[in-house]
Amino acid sequence: MSSRERILGRVRRALADVTPDEQVIQRDYLREHGDRTVEQTVELLAENLADYRALVHRCTEDELPSLIARLLTDRKAGSVLVPPGLAEGWLAEADVTRVADRADSTPHELDRVDSVVTACAVAIAETGTIVLDGGPDQGRRRISLVPDHHICVVRVPDQVVSAVPQALERLSPTRPLTWISGPSATSDIELDRVEGVHGPRTLEVVLLG
Amino acid sequence: MRVALFLTCVNDTLYPDTGRAVVKLLTRLGVEVDFPMAQTCCGQAHYNTGYRHEAEPLARHFSDVFGEYEAIVTPSGSCGAMVRELYPRMGERARAEGRGDTLARTLAPVVPKTYELTEFLVDVLGVTDVGASYPHKVTYHPTCHGLRGLGLGDRPRRLLQAVRGLELVELPGAEECCGFGGTFALKNAEVSAAMGADKVRNAESTGAEVLCAADNSCLMHIGGTMSRLRTGLRPVHIAEILASTEEEPTV
Amino acid sequence: MSGTFVGMPAFPKAAHEAVRNETLRGNLRHATHTIRAKRAKAVAELSDWAELREAGRRIKDHTLRHLDRYLVQLEEAVTAAGGTVHWAADADEANRIVADLVRATGESEVVKVKSMATQEIGLNEALEAEGIRAYETDLAELIVQLGRDRPSHILVPAIHRNRGEIRDIFRTEMGEWGRPAPEGLTDTPAELAEAARLHLREKFLRAKVGISGANFMVAETGTLVVVESEGNGRMCLTLPETLISVVGIEKIVPTWRDLEVFLQTLPRSSTAERMNPYTSMWTGTTDEDGPRTFHLVLLDNGRTDTLADEVGRQALRCIRCSACLNVCPVYERAGGHAYGSVYPGPIGAILSPQLRGTASEIDASLPYASSLCGACYEVCPVAIDIPEVLVHLRERVVEGGPAVREGNKVVLKPAKGHAAERAAMRAARWAFAHPGALRAGQRLASRTRRLHPRTLPGPGKAWSGTRDLPPVPAEPFRDWWQRTHGGKDGAK
Repeated sequence: MSSRERILGRVRRALADVTPDEQVIQRDYLREHGDRTVEQTVELLAENLADYRALVHRCTEDELPSLIARLLTDRKAGSVLVPPGLAEGWLAEADVTRVADRADSTPHELDRVDSVVTACAVAIAETGTIVLDGGPDQGRRRISLVPDHHICVVRVPDQVVSAVPQALERLSPTRPLTWISGPSATSDIELDRVEGVHGPRTLEVVLLG
Repeated sequence: MRVALFLTCVNDTLYPDTGRAVVKLLTRLGVEVDFPMAQTCCGQAHYNTGYRHEAEPLARHFSDVFGEYEAIVTPSGSCGAMVRELYPRMGERARAEGRGDTLARTLAPVVPKTYELTEFLVDVLGVTDVGASYPHKVTYHPTCHGLRGLGLGDRPRRLLQAVRGLELVELPGAEECCGFGGTFALKNAEVSAAMGADKVRNAESTGAEVLCAADNSCLMHIGGTMSRLRTGLRPVHIAEILASTEEEPTV
Repeated sequence: MSGTFVGMPAFPKAAHEAVRNETLRGNLRHATHTIRAKRAKAVAELSDWAELREAGRRIKDHTLRHLDRYLVQLEEAVTAAGGTVHWAADADEANRIVADLVRATGESEVVKVKSMATQEIGLNEALEAEGIRAYETDLAELIVQLGRDRPSHILVPAIHRNRGEIRDIFRTEMGEWGRPAPEGLTDTPAELAEAARLHLREKFLRAKVGISGANFMVAETGTLVVVESEGNGRMCLTLPETLISVVGIEKIVPTWRDLEVFLQTLPRSSTAERMNPYTSMWTGTTDEDGPRTFHLVLLDNGRTDTLADEVGRQALRCIRCSACLNVCPVYERAGGHAYGSVYPGPIGAILSPQLRGTASEIDASLPYASSLCGACYEVCPVAIDIPEVLVHLRERVVEGGPAVREGNKVVLKPAKGHAAERAAMRAARWAFAHPGALRAGQRLASRTRRLHPRTLPGPGKAWSGTRDLPPVPAEPFRDWWQRTHGGKDGAK
């Protein structure tokens, strides 16, 4: 007998006493917490991002290229990873070497790049979370991981939801997803939170709208 | 109203003052109290140590003794929780063992009418000011089975706050277990003692003269620790504070 | 201290040192009290916490009730998405599968995301025996690995270490495993985190094989979810060419939507955050993004035995948040090592004796490692009634009875060492069933009360070693009641 059959057999025997229960799971929890206007939801996102030490900026479409250029200059970034579908104009004013997100780049090559600029798939206000789904303007998972500086652009209010249940509705499980809430952190020393371990130690979120 | 006092075996044997205080208090509030002489033990120690089958005859005996009363009042959060929470579970387990509904049916009548003392005062009699006087500085330890099992909430505190002359001070870490836990106190004596010592130190830090609780089992452990650590604190059951009046003060 | 839990003594004996170790007590008190307050605050932010908790309980119960169906559905979905599913009935089989998979890649080192399942099966030791070196990359796991220590907490395996001890371990041990600690390393948490970043970076960048567990597996989509903070998880899940995930069969949730409950309750219960810094979700493999090969090893190792117990099976709802450890007064004083398992604390006290059985000294003692105060049940985000299961397992220890071990029905004998207790319990039951006998005993105690010592010899020392005995009153209540007719005669 294979282990598959053995385990499934054990499960079935273990459940011999149980009456089948086909009832639908009751979900009487909330879809979102509190009653907010669209502006207030965006404001909450900004607050919660900042609470977990992300640097939050707000700008219009016109201001974005100069903002991104300034953020990269302030970091003294010499190179930036660029997802294939990132809007042309976003990096128009940045005077840095652009590194394309390619399948055959090695992790060591990525490690030599200073920054990365991506868009996102959705942002969650209540938890201060941005979610990347590997879309063309976000690129492979590793490009937002290895460089130490991540600039993520969120289109507000379109890409912002209030709460986790609404975010899952917008996301597709067939895509690889990365949920990011602030820069990397650890609670492993005396259960106290310290920012900055393996992921980007600086996360800058631009609320574009 | 005529109620049965379920004093518990520990109180009957070691803390008769608590029993007298409950009788005095309830009588003062116009309640007719009876003490069924056939009562013994609810079976909690057996059940919680893993001897559920040994606890069953005790539960049946409890039901025989108390089944006919309108209400059953006990000055013990843990024994109250035993009847209210665990008697139904004993019935369920017996059913799951293929022994039918007999045990569940036998125990069912006593479950809803068993009240812990402070619950009975606040919910059934509807009083928080019981006319007591106790001019002392007191800190209150909510015992685990009262707090989390029965959900006594702020009832004991409301009763204490209405006592004349009583200064109630907050106990740091109040909701942490004192470390008694029945046979836990013997089986894991060192951990139990460490928990007890921390509870006593927290109580000492309040500057209170009296640590009050609604369960003498916990107070036996806390009080034994207090006297071993030579603190000036005294353990006092809440019934003795609520029974105390200007004319007849509890010492 | 060695890295194994085999042959542990019973809990009270194992706790003996910890209770007296002031440094350890201080470390644990500081850490658990810090997180307790934060958790309460994070939970209070959600007005529907009770409903989320209830939904989490129901989803998990429903899944367990139909576990066979969901396992098959998961297998189909993972396979369709390009993954390969393996089934492991026990630890040995899981270790063999993983070692074979690693060997097939031609690699001799792997990077690991913190995973309780691989700790449970002793994967690192098994790989070591095959000449494969496993690098732990979670900061706390790294501290444990470098210190040749054992984990003492589910979320923060090095919770028993304070910052000064961590600095010392980094200074002396990092060089043995790779890049040494920076010169002049201090004990500030930020510097310690930086040292770990530098030490592990070279390992991440060259790794070809990653090993992980998973917090959740979604049956309908085949999606795996890893919840983490540091980014070491993302490194291990996305940079290597081969990913092997070892996951307990109880980690399934039926639908994608079910994640909306647990992604709200887990971070707040665990690290007391609204959301943890990183959550990775992947479904099979993705072209040109992340590992090209994905293996899922589904682990039983005692879980189906646990499932067979109608009271104990609720332990399988556990999502490994650690909230129960952080509120437990016994854990705080005994420390995690005393539980003799990778699963310490209240959840460990009900999980270990079910996954491993109650035959060993430590496993038979774990159900008693609790005062039944109920704080664990109160904070559990999936409402596991831990006290209920503890008492149930106590019964199994003292009474024996039917159980399932390795898929077979067995009848357990009562554990040794409880004979005197059993006799005492029976005698007490007899006395309580005969009020006359109880009364005779009470009177005897009252009459001889002046002779009672304040401390006791023999087994009674367990009480009187640290606590005075209460004085025995002049008469029991029932005698007073009878003598005075309930006080009506006015006699005192």
